[in-house]
Amino acid sequence: MTAANEMNHPQSGTNAETDGRAPARPESQQAPSGHPGLPEDELRYVYAVTRPFEGVLPEEGGRGLDGEPPRLLHHGDLVAVVSPVPAADFDEAPLKAHLEDLDWLAETARTHQRVITALTTVTSPLPLRLATICRDDSGVRRLLESGRARFVSALDRLDGRVEWGVKVYTHTPPPAAPSPEQAPAPSADAPGAGRSYLQQRLAHRRTRETAANRADAVCRRLQEELSQSAEHTVLHRLQDGRLSGRSGQNVLNAAFLVPRAASEAFVERVRALTPGDDESVKVELTGPWAPYSFTDIGEEEPT
Amino acid sequence: MTTASRMPDPYGSGGGANLADILERVLDKGVVIAGDIKINLLDIELLTIKLRLIVASVDKAKEMGIDWWEDDPSLSSGARRREITEENERLKRRIADLEADSAGSTERELESAPDGNTEKA
Repeated sequence: MTAANEMNHPQSGTNAETDGRAPARPESQQAPSGHPGLPEDELRYVYAVTRPFEGVLPEEGGRGLDGEPPRLLHHGDLVAVVSPVPAADFDEAPLKAHLEDLDWLAETARTHQRVITALTTVTSPLPLRLATICRDDSGVRRLLESGRARFVSALDRLDGRVEWGVKVYTHTPPPAAPSPEQAPAPSADAPGAGRSYLQQRLAHRRTRETAANRADAVCRRLQEELSQSAEHTVLHRLQDGRLSGRSGQNVLNAAFLVPRAASEAFVERVRALTPGDDESVKVELTGPWAPYSFTDIGEEEPT
Repeated sequence: MTTASRMPDPYGSGGGANLADILERVLDKGVVIAGDIKINLLDIELLTIKLRLIVASVDKAKEMGIDWWEDDPSLSSGARRREITEENERLKRRIADLEADSAGSTERELESAPDGNTEKA
């Protein structure tokens, strides 16, 4: 169900300068300036910046890189969502090495994403890029301080909005006619053999072309109509099946910024625009995502 | 006000969101702000050749000299474009030849004309 049902306040009267989630952590009791006793071998991984929010993260998915629920570090009117991470893995050199490891990268990215997704159930987080890391809590505060203007304007702009991903795949039908080798060609130079081969080829090409045309039409309609229900649209580069593990060819990979309140209608719209009877064109919806693809919109525009 | 009332159930969190979906957002989007640990994700050696080809943009890959797919018609239209380029080259050479031929005669015509275009303001 929705996280709204689970809203409760595990710690009433939370002190704004301490961490909402883990008051027992020794370092969170330290004065904000300086960090005596902070283990040298721990760094701070920052997932997102949010406005202060109420409610708790859903249990599943709400666990950070250390396996614990992330901490909320309040600073002024902003909150950094952080996890302590071992310096042995996240300091510059080891991090660089780790990022070369696709499995490590994938796991870290998934955890990052799970935390962000959990946050979207209770607030409108501003997701930071993978591997944003500070030395300690005061580093995190400095980060909030130095980026404050950007964070505030982006949070205002994106408040109450989510991102939906819409992808279209085509599946080229295999040649319906037997290939020339299997074809019961009476003899290569029998009259009509060459012609029938060419006709088969032509028929196959036409099938492929009409499938491509149909996919093209679906993409166009989706893009046109969904853009109207969305505040912004971004086209991502098309995905390669080797990474996505998806069969078929990706012909549209779009992201739409949609108000939460309009999400249900948006999803309905996608359903309505999805051709139900066409095996060769598949539409895939993902989301709701935090508005990753829209964190920089309007940064250079005057709104 | 920012609670999750009336949100449809998440799509994709149960598996529909593939690794590429996640990486293209977590790695490529989101706010970039310098923490204390400075890592430029674009400098990472890997993101393995695989990632470079797949997640890094085609332009970036080309900058790095990775362009093998260009020759593979099943992967890109580049090979088809190349055919057209070659044909264009052939045609250009042909036109150049023709122009060279006619240029000779034009020059002769100009020489015999009383005044070329020597007048200049």
